[in-house]
Amino acid sequence: MVISHLIKKQTYFDSVTLMLIGSQVKKLPGIDSTVVGMCTDYNIDSLKRLDMYQSVFDGLTPNDLIICIRAADQKTAEAGIAEVEKRLASRKQPSGSAELPPTSQEEAARRLPEANMVLISVPGEYAAREAEQALNNGRHVMLFSDNVSIEEELKLKTLGGSKELLVMGPDCGTAIINGTPLAFANAVRKGDIGVVAASGTGLQEVTSTIHRLGCGITQAIGVGGRDLSEKIGGKMTLLATRALAEDPSTKVIVLLSKPPAESVLKTLYAELKGISKKIVIYFIGADPKAIEAQGFIAAHNLEDAAIKACDLSTGKQHNSEMSEEQIKEAAASCKMAGKHLRGLYSGGTLCDEAQRLLQPVIGEISSNTPVKGCKEMADVYKSTGHCIIDLGDDNFTRGKAHPMIDPTYRSERMIQEIADPEAGLILFDVVLGYGSHLDMAGEMVAAIEAGQKKSGRKLLLAACICGTHQDPQNYAQQQKILEDAGIKVFPTNVAMVKFAQHCLERNK
Amino acid sequence: MLKDFFGKKVKVINLGIASFADDLRQQGVETIHTDWRPPAGGNKKIQALLDKVANWQNKVQNKKGAR
Repeated sequence: MVISHLIKKQTYFDSVTLMLIGSQVKKLPGIDSTVVGMCTDYNIDSLKRLDMYQSVFDGLTPNDLIICIRAADQKTAEAGIAEVEKRLASRKQPSGSAELPPTSQEEAARRLPEANMVLISVPGEYAAREAEQALNNGRHVMLFSDNVSIEEELKLKTLGGSKELLVMGPDCGTAIINGTPLAFANAVRKGDIGVVAASGTGLQEVTSTIHRLGCGITQAIGVGGRDLSEKIGGKMTLLATRALAEDPSTKVIVLLSKPPAESVLKTLYAELKGISKKIVIYFIGADPKAIEAQGFIAAHNLEDAAIKACDLSTGKQHNSEMSEEQIKEAAASCKMAGKHLRGLYSGGTLCDEAQRLLQPVIGEISSNTPVKGCKEMADVYKSTGHCIIDLGDDNFTRGKAHPMIDPTYRSERMIQEIADPEAGLILFDVVLGYGSHLDMAGEMVAAIEAGQKKSGRKLLLAACICGTHQDPQNYAQQQKILEDAGIKVFPTNVAMVKFAQHCLERNK
Repeated sequence: MLKDFFGKKVKVINLGIASFADDLRQQGVETIHTDWRPPAGGNKKIQALLDKVANWQNKVQNKKGAR
């Protein structure tokens, strides 16, 4: 093995672009490892961990790009570096403009002074600085970046609140504002349901289901997972809910979140009671009766939140896209080759929902993100027993792109799970929409076929598609790819989980 | 007021992941992508000094505005 490298000083690319190119080039024959990244502390650690650090990297800054490849021979390593450069060059072309792009927010604002939203996905350590600047200049903020401290979040939300400006995040992956999907969001029809959510894939699942049920939304406002914590006090949830209450286009309001801190819950309920519109609440994992006791409509899961919102929007009853009988029938002829269930999720809230629904029925479940009643996995890289994994969690995404964008690790894990004689049923999600991979179904099917060929095992597989028929991936085509490969396909995570319950009961 | 923003066309300054800007442009959303890089060449000390200067400028501007 040889290690070859290239340093490009004062050349900056975003981490997703670099991680994706690194992961694509690693698949080329003869290449063992790639590190394509800015010279940050994290990437330096990765290079050292992989035993690829070179003394010439000393003294480089986070503005310098490192391409480092370990390969079977020098020629292959150099060809790998050339391939990275080629792919980077194609990313640097400014689309349709001869003018060089601005290099700072100030410069961008000079060129588009009427901009009213700043979408920030820079490394966390710089994100609050950019967000503060945007707010000071009267612009709303969607803060996709993570690793922003709670103190910084509080400061930003206090500033945003005083100016009635949105601070969606930090770590907010999904929003649809005035019909515009931002970051990871689906193409959802306009309607009269306003959604406020402290949960990314939860927001995607609810808004997509609303669309497929024939209804639509006014706004889908992400507030970041910590908004309803005691420290933040629900600042953005309150601001967004008040605005939706006053918005004449919004008829129904949906609130999605983990259960708020007790002190925040009191303030929130007091605020909501003053709103004359219908409100559907899904506090993930909380007792719906406690919500109903306060006079609100409680949802039992994400699908139920969408159905209830559609009922209130139209005054007509809506049903699950797949009835209990249809789900039972789908499970009727299913035989499991092994006793245990494995869930390979890219959506954190969907993984959480699967655990909550299955744990009371099947008992012991392990996860890397266990909910109440489930166990922490002893080794997140090795499944034992019933296991439901969030592959978008930090354990799996440090230095790698999210599994909704880059299927590499999920594909490897799929092959590993298929080979495990304990595994009998594998569940996974296919999240469509802007920002997501353009052919996740194709990638998963390729991995499943490779796994089956390698191990000689054919397992029962089920997928749920989170998305709409207007998403860029082509919903019908993604569904067909999965079904043609013999995978059971479900419109929601809840339907897929119910299918899993029936299969497990039948194969006890 | 936030409710007054509802219904308006969203126009975006994108800082960071370039594909987010590509998606927005594809939908016909007016978007400017910034070839963002860490300020002050990633030097935190110089960055902190620049922030102090910017804060001071903001305060001066706010005072001028208040007159």
